Amino acid sequence: MSAFSLSNVGMSYGRSEVLSDISIEFSAPGLTAIIGPNGAGKSTLLSVMAGLLTGYRGQCLFNGREVRSWSRKSFTRLVSFVPQRLRLEFPFTAEQVVMMGRSPYCDGLFEAPDDHVEVEKAMMMTDTLEFRSRDFRFLSGGERQRVILAAALAQTTPVLLLDEPTTFLDLRHQVSIYALLRQLASAGRLVITVTHDLNLAAAYADRVIMLRKGRLAAAGPPSEVLSSERIRSVFEVEADVLPGPHGKPWILYGGESRHT
Amino acid sequence: MVVNPVTRRRLWTSILFCLLVLLAVAVTSPLVGSTRIDYTAALTEDSIDREILFRARIPRVLLSLMAGGVLSVCGVLFQALLRDALATPYTLGVSSGASLGAVTVICFGLELFAGFPSIWVGALIGAFLALLLVLVVASEGRRMSSFTLLLSGVTINSICLALILFLQTFATFGQSFAIVRWLMGGIESVEYSTLLWLAAVTFPVLAYVFLTGREWNLMAVGEEWAAARGVNVTRLMLTGLISGSILTGVVTALTGPIGFVGLIVPHGLRMRLGADHRLLLPCSFLLGAAFLTVCDTASRTLPTSGEVPVGVLTALLGGPFFIWLLKSRRRSLWL
Repeated sequence: MSAFSLSNVGMSYGRSEVLSDISIEFSAPGLTAIIGPNGAGKSTLLSVMAGLLTGYRGQCLFNGREVRSWSRKSFTRLVSFVPQRLRLEFPFTAEQVVMMGRSPYCDGLFEAPDDHVEVEKAMMMTDTLEFRSRDFRFLSGGERQRVILAAALAQTTPVLLLDEPTTFLDLRHQVSIYALLRQLASAGRLVITVTHDLNLAAAYADRVIMLRKGRLAAAGPPSEVLSSERIRSVFEVEADVLPGPHGKPWILYGGESRHT
Repeated sequence: MVVNPVTRRRLWTSILFCLLVLLAVAVTSPLVGSTRIDYTAALTEDSIDREILFRARIPRVLLSLMAGGVLSVCGVLFQALLRDALATPYTLGVSSGASLGAVTVICFGLELFAGFPSIWVGALIGAFLALLLVLVVASEGRRMSSFTLLLSGVTINSICLALILFLQTFATFGQSFAIVRWLMGGIESVEYSTLLWLAAVTFPVLAYVFLTGREWNLMAVGEEWAAARGVNVTRLMLTGLISGSILTGVVTALTGPIGFVGLIVPHGLRMRLGADHRLLLPCSFLLGAAFLTVCDTASRTLPTSGEVPVGVLTALLGGPFFIWLLKSRRRSLWL
């Protein structure tokens, strides 16, 4: 079973401290949403867990072993990471980008037939097959985001870390991506996603982590974490939390900020 | 643009096509030149034709093939390393670094260093330091903009050029004559033993670069992207840096800085084959070899009073191409 265990994790860029004293556990299965205002350290936390920022303080264990001491190849067979966006300089096609997700399994110069099967499956799940041979650079923001997600799905890892996977997506695709993440979590995977959409977090996640100024503000089931006082104090907006369908909280924001 | 996935079969057909182009160029180039040569005479008896063919033209064509291929591969390598289609040994100032290294060695009159011609070692160290400097200067946090990259290239170029001219004032007349080669690149006839040395040094490095083509794909997308997909980024960057320095260094030691080969050939190939480095690297080698040889043959045969160095020709072709690339790129990519 895959699990992260963080204790007193901190991270600084130069003198500015972006993350401090984060102690928390994650274990499969489950869909966890990380929320918080801009600059709260959400992406940094995810990058530390993905092993992409190795200069962190404290302890960040994955399956009992410090993340930075894993070999990249074996780590990335277990944990995939979906960046917020990808800017390409060169004319890779959508399919070539997805195929890069199979990299942890390739030793030689070429992919095996199995790899092509996984790529096909991942592109089917993300609704990207129709533009498989188009230049990634000329796809729309939403199409690109689905292609990057497909690359992570093709990686077939038990753990998925996603940095705002639905920022550029239209409503239909936002919902279908979250439904897909939910489905992956129900099938036994550990999915951790950063998001700005509190309602998507409330509707799909079984756990919400709230960060504020680099520190853990709250963690727990959506119905506990997402209270109007907490949203007010962390995000600095007025919010009403109403009981939504299936007992999930439904958040209405748009009142006046307490500072104005 | 529709690009099929890269398979062994596609790799071999592309390589085969490029190889045919290369062979056609390699076979015809020695036949062209200011003096007509008689083949039967050249191949059967000791004659002046034989001297010209085997002592002058064939070594020169072989050197231009090697230099063109290696410079193109360096272009692809630096472009992937820095994620910028405008990066080449020449535009980054790495060629000038190599020239400065070579000139320094000439001025101090060193002959051999650990068995290698010391000019090669000097050029190699110069290339490595210049490339390292580009990386340090141009990296702002994690991302490099092409703007800073090119500016740092320009700066390194002018510093190296100034130092070369400075060193030249200390040089003897003979040394000074040799130094001029490193101000403008050109292909000259060399000994077969030198060509063998060149092959012995560059072929293993080229083989390594070709065999890591799949990893260079991920690197060309981004360091983080590659690291999140199992690539040991630090190791790949370091070996890329060393490979690029060796390749640029030894070629520059023999030809001086020849520009734009690493820009034109990879760009043309990307438009045709797509961005996959498993195809791009070997095909760039083959077509880069053909391209520089065609340019050098043209420079030998142009009806000018003296011979035009091939570097002048490639700059005349590559300069406008570079400007076009810069403009068209801004339109399509800086969204």
